[in-house]
Amino acid sequence: MAGFFEGIGRFVLSALEYIGGSVRLCTESLSFILRGKLRVGLTISQMSFLGVNSLLIVLMTTTFAGMVIALQLAHVAVQYGVGKMVGGSASLAMCRELGPMLTAIVVAGRAGSAITAEIGSMKVTEQIDALKMLAVSPVGYLVVPRVLAMLFMVPILTLFSDISGLIGGSIVANESAGIPYQVFWDSVRRMTLTEDLMKGLLKSVIFGLEVSIISCFQGLRTGRGAAGVGKATTGSVVISMVVIFITNYILSLFLFTV
Amino acid sequence: MAETEMIKTVMGERPALQNDAIEVNNLRVAFGAKEILKDVSFTVRRGEILVLMGLSGTGKSTTLRSIAGLLKPSGGEVKVNGRSIPDLSQKELEVLRRRIGFCFQHGALFDSMTIGDNVAFGLREHTDLPEEEIQRVVAEKLSIVDLEGMEHMYPSQLSGGMQKRASFARTIATDPDIVLYDEPTTGLDPIISRVINELILDLQKRLKATSLVITHDLKGAYLIATKIIMLHQGLPVFYGTPQEFQTTDDPYVVQFREGEMEGPIRV
Repeated sequence: MAGFFEGIGRFVLSALEYIGGSVRLCTESLSFILRGKLRVGLTISQMSFLGVNSLLIVLMTTTFAGMVIALQLAHVAVQYGVGKMVGGSASLAMCRELGPMLTAIVVAGRAGSAITAEIGSMKVTEQIDALKMLAVSPVGYLVVPRVLAMLFMVPILTLFSDISGLIGGSIVANESAGIPYQVFWDSVRRMTLTEDLMKGLLKSVIFGLEVSIISCFQGLRTGRGAAGVGKATTGSVVISMVVIFITNYILSLFLFTV
Repeated sequence: MAETEMIKTVMGERPALQNDAIEVNNLRVAFGAKEILKDVSFTVRRGEILVLMGLSGTGKSTTLRSIAGLLKPSGGEVKVNGRSIPDLSQKELEVLRRRIGFCFQHGALFDSMTIGDNVAFGLREHTDLPEEEIQRVVAEKLSIVDLEGMEHMYPSQLSGGMQKRASFARTIATDPDIVLYDEPTTGLDPIISRVINELILDLQKRLKATSLVITHDLKGAYLIATKIIMLHQGLPVFYGTPQEFQTTDDPYVVQFREGEMEGPIRV
């Protein structure tokens, strides 16, 4: 029994240590940004790598997500005579929830894992120590450009997600339930407020910050060898996803119900 | 008041190091329950080259990393140029590190950059030198480690020995006056090893550089060392000049020097 409580104690301690470490990294990174200590060239190349290169997979994922929502909604809505609301309902689902969340999950899987693997392999080959010994802060050089890139690119990707999801949804609504495009898009315009879109984008900024900090933190605390890099990378994706789901619920609670 | 001696380097002029360049007093380092360094003390005076010797796992690299501020000691004192390393802020440590060079055991070259960019890294970060001047310094440093014309290669395109030489070139590119070498000649052929040892001596003569060198190469150690310290199980078992090291009848040193299987050092 004592062993059980010891185990719980150890887990709580390591979780608190993890949270403390990542909050510290976040504070340090934001302090670099606020002091204007930015590396523009590195940030732009990260924006291209993390953002532009993720666009195709984000579009594919969210187009199919929009299609499946329309597939489920359209038939039932037509049956109950509210086919005119399918576009608006799909739009609210995309802008408020699915767009930001799916984008963040895809970015965590594609870009977050790459960040952890890159920084992790730099850690195990002593390149992080070499940066320190060359009097360059690894946070300023490696973390800040990635955080900034995510802060800019995740909302942009989310905007593309919202649009591609709705395009997919409109096609399925039209093909499977015979809802005209005009009716679908009129409903989108009528039911979606700018506020819904902006709140969804605010969520995506927060997700971008979380994914970048978790990915960098995991990389910087990578253990020894190739196995350490693998473990850190898997951990980065899993932790990012759990944190995205939890934060999404909390944000929805405050943004859309209060 | 005596005028402070100034040293001219590629990074600009800077005041010379104080006489006790590196001071280590009762240094202890533990990872969890495992004590790596138990009680290590020594002083390296300005312009001296201290060679650290001992079996693998006796705490040589840990000593170097503690001096560089890459590890926080569990106890004791580490001072570089009179400043207590564990007590420095991040900013102060970065300023001090601009005059410290660290040559890593496995090179630690940035693999996403060319060799030229690796060597130029410190110069681009900390000087306002024009790009042509940086390129000239890079070419010069690469040429002295026999890597001329390799600026555009990536680390993965070089052999282990070449990477080590490129790493050495990166370490000395900024004219550091404290240099920490973690096995700079291990895995290199005897001629290049001699070149590296001569370069360590050259930095000592030109900049009065203070160096700490971990090596297993006895011949090289006798050539460059002002003093030798030998560690065993986290404790110093010998401290003296190369001549004393060669003539002492201390059983630890004799076993290590002669490469004997039998003796106080259990393998």
